[in-house]
Amino acid sequence: MSILTYILGWPLVAALVLVFVPGNYRVIIRAVALLATFISMLLAVKMFCQFVAGQAGYQFEQQIPWVESLGISYHVGVDGLNVGLILMGTVVAFAAACCSFEIQSREKEFYILLLVMTGGILGAFASLDLFFFYFLHELALVPTFIMIGVWGRGERKNYATFQITLYLSVGALIALIGLIALYLQSGANTFDIPKLTEYIQAHPLAAQSQNFIFPLLLFGFGILVSLWPFHTWAPLGYGSAPSPTAMLHAGVLKKFGLYGLIRIALPLMPQAAQHWMQILAWLCLGNILYVGWVAMRQRNLNLLIGNSSVAHMGFIFLGIASLNLIGVTGAVVIMIAHGFLAALTFGLSGYIYRQTGTLEMGELGGLARKLPFIGTALLMAALAGCGLPGFANFVGEVTVFFGAWKVFPLVTGLALWGALMIGALYMLRAMRNVLHGPLPEKWSGISDASNVWRKLPYALLLASLLVFGCFPRLLTEKITPDAGKILFVMKMSGKPLIFPCAYEKQLDLNSSRNSQSATQNR
Amino acid sequence: MNLSLISLEIWVVALGLVLMLADFWMPAERRRFLGYAAAAALAVLLVMNLGHCATGTAFNGMFVQDGLAVFFKRFFIVAAILVLFIAVEFSDRITSGISEYYSLIVFALSGMLFAASANNFAMLFVSIELITVTFYVLVSFQRGRLVSLEAGVKYLILGALSSAFMVYGIALVWGTTGKLNFNDLALVASQFAGNKIFLLGMVLVLVGLGFKIAAFPFQIWAPDVYQGAPTPTTAFLAVGSKAAGFVLLLRVLFTAIPGVSAHWANPLIIISGITILYGNLCALPQRNLKRLLGYSSIAHAGYLLLGVAALSASGQAAILYYLSGYLFTVLGAFTVICLVMRHLDSEDISTLAGLHQRSPLLATTLTLAMVSLAGIPPLAGFFGKFLLLKAVLEQGATNPGYYCLAFTALAGVVISLYYYFGVIRAIYWSQDAPADWSPILLSGPAKVTIAICIAGMFWIGLFPNTVLNLATEAVKTLGI
Repeated sequence: MSILTYILGWPLVAALVLVFVPGNYRVIIRAVALLATFISMLLAVKMFCQFVAGQAGYQFEQQIPWVESLGISYHVGVDGLNVGLILMGTVVAFAAACCSFEIQSREKEFYILLLVMTGGILGAFASLDLFFFYFLHELALVPTFIMIGVWGRGERKNYATFQITLYLSVGALIALIGLIALYLQSGANTFDIPKLTEYIQAHPLAAQSQNFIFPLLLFGFGILVSLWPFHTWAPLGYGSAPSPTAMLHAGVLKKFGLYGLIRIALPLMPQAAQHWMQILAWLCLGNILYVGWVAMRQRNLNLLIGNSSVAHMGFIFLGIASLNLIGVTGAVVIMIAHGFLAALTFGLSGYIYRQTGTLEMGELGGLARKLPFIGTALLMAALAGCGLPGFANFVGEVTVFFGAWKVFPLVTGLALWGALMIGALYMLRAMRNVLHGPLPEKWSGISDASNVWRKLPYALLLASLLVFGCFPRLLTEKITPDAGKILFVMKMSGKPLIFPCAYEKQLDLNSSRNSQSATQNR
Repeated sequence: MNLSLISLEIWVVALGLVLMLADFWMPAERRRFLGYAAAAALAVLLVMNLGHCATGTAFNGMFVQDGLAVFFKRFFIVAAILVLFIAVEFSDRITSGISEYYSLIVFALSGMLFAASANNFAMLFVSIELITVTFYVLVSFQRGRLVSLEAGVKYLILGALSSAFMVYGIALVWGTTGKLNFNDLALVASQFAGNKIFLLGMVLVLVGLGFKIAAFPFQIWAPDVYQGAPTPTTAFLAVGSKAAGFVLLLRVLFTAIPGVSAHWANPLIIISGITILYGNLCALPQRNLKRLLGYSSIAHAGYLLLGVAALSASGQAAILYYLSGYLFTVLGAFTVICLVMRHLDSEDISTLAGLHQRSPLLATTLTLAMVSLAGIPPLAGFFGKFLLLKAVLEQGATNPGYYCLAFTALAGVVISLYYYFGVIRAIYWSQDAPADWSPILLSGPAKVTIAICIAGMFWIGLFPNTVLNLATEAVKTLGI
């Protein structure tokens, strides 16, 4: 049994166990959920440490045939692209389980759904089988809808539930058609991703079918990742979701589409990818500039965070669109960093909501005085979101800009403006409104995170951001060799790219030089 | 002639007669337990049937026992066993003649068993009539309820009309080709591919089958009859009668006239697409749960027609697989409806409010059934839809219409999420206060039925290998 099976299996087993625990044993239910996510986090840390960077093929592999006649098997394994994502997923899942104390009704059902969602997400990232990749994502997606519907907040809860359900189902189903078409067109009669990649390298798909399938995957996955102009579900959905759900969805589940683009769409359809990436680069400007501008107009803290999370997706798309080693590496780093960040901000806003019952920024103010821990954490999260050096987001964004500069100078210039100006503007303004200024009379009774359990999830997420921000090599040394492999396939189909041999030097040089200059600019 | 091939049918008919006769000696208050006896007898037959399945033909090739027939016979017996369990739970709402009700279910089952083996137009017509005529009675069995009678009359009129079309079609086919046996017809059918009278005859036969499976434009009866009929009847109609229509459709299209049906991709694509959209769109505003499932069953007929329209072996195997998952899903849903709405006249969705507190088991079952019908993993409906879509996309290279059909099916799935989730919403977070909060007590057999349905949904969804291999083996006899 691979360690990956345990990582994704523990939450699912715990969910099954909870089915048989009576609903009024609240402490036991919480303990089971916390324990399962904690064990799977420890295992993921162990796996991350044991992972050997740059080794050929996949590590911690396991394969069990499932439907032989169709070539479907349960196949898990990690390489540099998903090892960090799985680690991030388990940390966020544990933090979300810690934050679930805000749920006061029907806890049993909530924890079951949360655990199913966790297992599904981790499985989707670990899966090396196209079918299970989709299957487990869908398994994680459906609890999201139910959780928003039942435990969501706000007057527009029902509207938000149906909007997010319909949007994401459309996206997932479009991607499903693309995946099935890919399987059929390849002629390899297998859903196994490594085998499929090998087969397609030997027998590339016809340009016509690439041009038909690639947009299906791009827009199917794009809807799931809130690519502009298909992003409208995200702010409202996250605004209405209970915070553990928003943490898991915005932090982890949303990265599925991006991961799918890098893992499946790029290496299997290189020609179509090169063609469509030009368009993607311009679409991601919509995320960065337009949604950033929308975020500036928000008066509700959760809607602002939701919009800013959509805006951050633009950087990842830009990194992928650059199709070079630096850009794609940066994209994966942001995926991980943004996972921690989104979970942190949604967790903190959930805490504030539980204390005050509102997230309207006009009614809040001066909270830093009453909530020193939460306030500081929120401020740090906001600064991380603006791309302050020292946090992992900075590393990713800088790397993406360096990668993208070579390919799309104009787009990168505009995006930089959006990242530095717009992002800083709305984030800092929101912090001023929420944390500083006079404290309204009615909030004098609120209390800070008092004990270790309350502080733990936020501290854990902040620590992860700082660790990967100060030692980005932990991630980049793992990501670059495998991103290089994927880009090598792209290079074979005729576009000049940076050679994998020169990447490491260049990357280190760039990031260190840039971190100095960026610090000076600020 | 080989009588041993039809031993299963003989036993089932005998069981039906025994049930009727038992009425004479059984005290009235104990008659409802006859349903368990009948289910047990069918279970014994099922187990006996699992052991040996001799293949061959009987009655001059009219009756064929092959892989497809065996697959569907097991399917029908499982469906009948579960329906009998539901019927026992329902028996307090049937004022008189409960043992007749059981025996009619068993007679309908025998019709379905013959339908699974029909290899001749005469056999096809007789088996369909056996199913339909028993269903006329089963639908209007609650003689005291006006809606039940209304449903019975509607089913009778439209059913008789479709039977008339079918007989006329069979007559035209026989008149032009001189063949009734499917295998004989297959040899000469392509010569008649341009013969308008032959084609008209075939179209009329398909009209009759389209009525059975409730495909557009012959779906008009389904919502009214589903709503009005007693719940066990509706359940059997949704599963057994629809599956019988599909096995006959498969035999007619792919055994009798393979050379002709190969050119029918476009009409099949159009019918399938419209059926999916019609069923799903009309289900949106429904408030009556049984009526909603009526429209949803039209939509599912459309999904199943995807496999027919694909005109390929993988499409046919997908139909068989999908039906297996559909069996447990729909019967699970109807069991819950039967138990929850026991003391209520209305079957409005709002009566589900508070169900999660009154009976968590029933709430979970209905939720799982809706989730499976919507096609969400890890339940049976997901892999079924996956296989159907795959079969359709496989043919995309030959006809771009298949791509349009796949997208239509997806649109249908997305629309359906709205009303399936509407049911789940009514269970868990409805605003209306329920009329009573009393917990729903479940009898032991009801729990067993529910457990079987849940296990079936998960088993077929999580371990598709067994059923898929059986289905793939079964459709090999169709010869495409």
